[in-house]
Amino acid sequence: MPLLELRNLTRRFAGVVAVDDVSLSIESGEFVTLLGPSGCGKTTILRMIAGFELPDAGEILLDGKNIAEIPPEKRPLHTVFQSYALFPHMTVADNVASPLKMARHDKAAVKAKVHEALDSVHLAERAGAYPHQLSGGQKQRVALARSLVNRPRLLLLDEPLAALDAKLREDMQHELIDLQREVGITFIFVTHAQDEALALSHRIAVMNQGRIEQFDEPSKIYGFPQNRFVADFIGHTNMLEVDVAEATPAHLRLAASELGELVAPAREGAYPGQRGWFTVRPEQVYIGPAADSELKNQFSGKVRSFLYVGDVTTYKVELADGTPIEALLSNSAPGRARFFEVGDEVVVGWRHDAGMFLDD
Amino acid sequence: MKWSSAGGTTRACSSMTSRLGRWAVSLPPTLFLLVFFVAPSLIMIVASFRFPGEYGGLAPLVEHGRWQYTLETYRFFFSDFIYAEIFIKSFAVALATTLICILMAYPLAWLIARSPKRHQDLMVLLAVLPFASNFLIRVYAWMIILGPQAALARATNSVLAVFGFEPVTLLFSPFAVLVGMVYVHLPFMILPLYTNLARHDPALLDAAQDLGANAWQRFWRVTWPLSLPGIFSGSVLVFIPVLGMFAIPDILGGTGDILIGNLIKEQFLGTRDWPFGATLSLMLTLAVLALAGLAAWFARRGVDRHA
Repeated sequence: MPLLELRNLTRRFAGVVAVDDVSLSIESGEFVTLLGPSGCGKTTILRMIAGFELPDAGEILLDGKNIAEIPPEKRPLHTVFQSYALFPHMTVADNVASPLKMARHDKAAVKAKVHEALDSVHLAERAGAYPHQLSGGQKQRVALARSLVNRPRLLLLDEPLAALDAKLREDMQHELIDLQREVGITFIFVTHAQDEALALSHRIAVMNQGRIEQFDEPSKIYGFPQNRFVADFIGHTNMLEVDVAEATPAHLRLAASELGELVAPAREGAYPGQRGWFTVRPEQVYIGPAADSELKNQFSGKVRSFLYVGDVTTYKVELADGTPIEALLSNSAPGRARFFEVGDEVVVGWRHDAGMFLDD
Repeated sequence: MKWSSAGGTTRACSSMTSRLGRWAVSLPPTLFLLVFFVAPSLIMIVASFRFPGEYGGLAPLVEHGRWQYTLETYRFFFSDFIYAEIFIKSFAVALATTLICILMAYPLAWLIARSPKRHQDLMVLLAVLPFASNFLIRVYAWMIILGPQAALARATNSVLAVFGFEPVTLLFSPFAVLVGMVYVHLPFMILPLYTNLARHDPALLDAAQDLGANAWQRFWRVTWPLSLPGIFSGSVLVFIPVLGMFAIPDILGGTGDILIGNLIKEQFLGTRDWPFGATLSLMLTLAVLALAGLAAWFARRGVDRHA
């Protein structure tokens, strides 16, 4: 039995559908991320699980039992809020103790559990400090300790890393992964940052306009997006409008309007004459001064611009017909900062088994 | 070496301009306090040691080549328990007014702070609207409301009669004084409380509920402690003016309901014993300062305990 199951969950705000018939099943111990642009309904789903919003239709099952009638304070799950929502008039220790005190645990037990929880987020020595004396990362960790101290069945995290700077965010990502593995509590994480979702999750639900577009492991989401939205939202990609010219069990032959013919991996259900999109990631695209006989799909073009970001350089190449293609080149060769200049004639191409045909 | 000495000069220079700036900024309020607080207080202190003039006012400070001063007023103040009694009664009325104001203002301020933003300004305006009419007119209005012929008194007495009690008069009683005090000072409690409550982060209540707090725990553990600064400023704004108030007991109270304010006013305008009036108001100022000091001490102790 899954730990949490959403069945046909729907929520409307003033006639606008925020969450549209969403079904989702989460296993115990999983780290699941709801990922999508702002306004896609991910936070509304989180607030419905927490009990702050009631669904207009559908069910939320925890351990197989519908929790719709249970008020937020009685649900065996906690939320880590985006603003942390630490109680400013309480010390770190009192903040962490608050869920235990609400439940009237005895004093000695509270003290031991608070110490253990603060220890797990490496903040035991700040127990006597007030929230305003802490840094952003420390507040974050106190909020985590407070939510984990009484061992909820489920932890909901609402964009908890959004307020941190890039370096600290990466540290906290590592800590979150470790913490989740240590405590073994199921995490449901909400974010609009796709890199964060890929880095943290066991599974990602990519959301758009109140619906789940794809629910899968990070590598599947990135490598095998189910539709154009997912391919486009996760990472960078090249997107070409194509018609299917030939479909065999081994491969697809695609016609891109001006560009000519492409060979792509086979896809179930594709039929000749079908319109759709071909997507290929920049890191799958070869860029070189001359053609490579290994590659089936090759086109010549000119370097329009490039972005040098240290470890890699992204080239924007304009093909003969004007189609832009992005190619990624690693800068691992010693002494070489970049390989091509703007205006250089280059050949871009990719393997016949790279990229995907998407029908919508 | 050159670099560091240059840096030192700049720092000295900037610290001097900043010190000048600080002086310039703090001069007006300092002057204000000197002219309107320190000087009058000194005048009152001196006056309390002088003799009353024959027709009111003060007797000359120097007469027949000798300084004329006395401790008579202080002896008088401490010799009769009636003055201490009036002080205690005044503090009790101020305390009761403050507590009733807290009880009445809290739900209202909470309601305003919880209302949609576009309604809040209107509601605050309504709360302070009584100030638009004259203070005395508002207090006289209570004379009519509480008067023996008014519906309120009649209804009260007919209910009392049913239970076999003697009829009561509402007007010219400690009750009427309290009603007037609360009515006049309520907005001074509502405003700071509203300002405080409106600033609370609603996520804190969500977080408390999420962590298992029921409605009562959410109030008692989050809203209430966070609203203490608002309650404190409201209490100061209510307690101190009530302590010196003489118009309300004059109009709504009976002959036995005089407070310190009435007593002081009486010395200056009635019996024309200015030195004793000065002594009384000095005692009042001392009592308020002692109270403020006590409050500050408690507040600091609270902080120490938390830190």
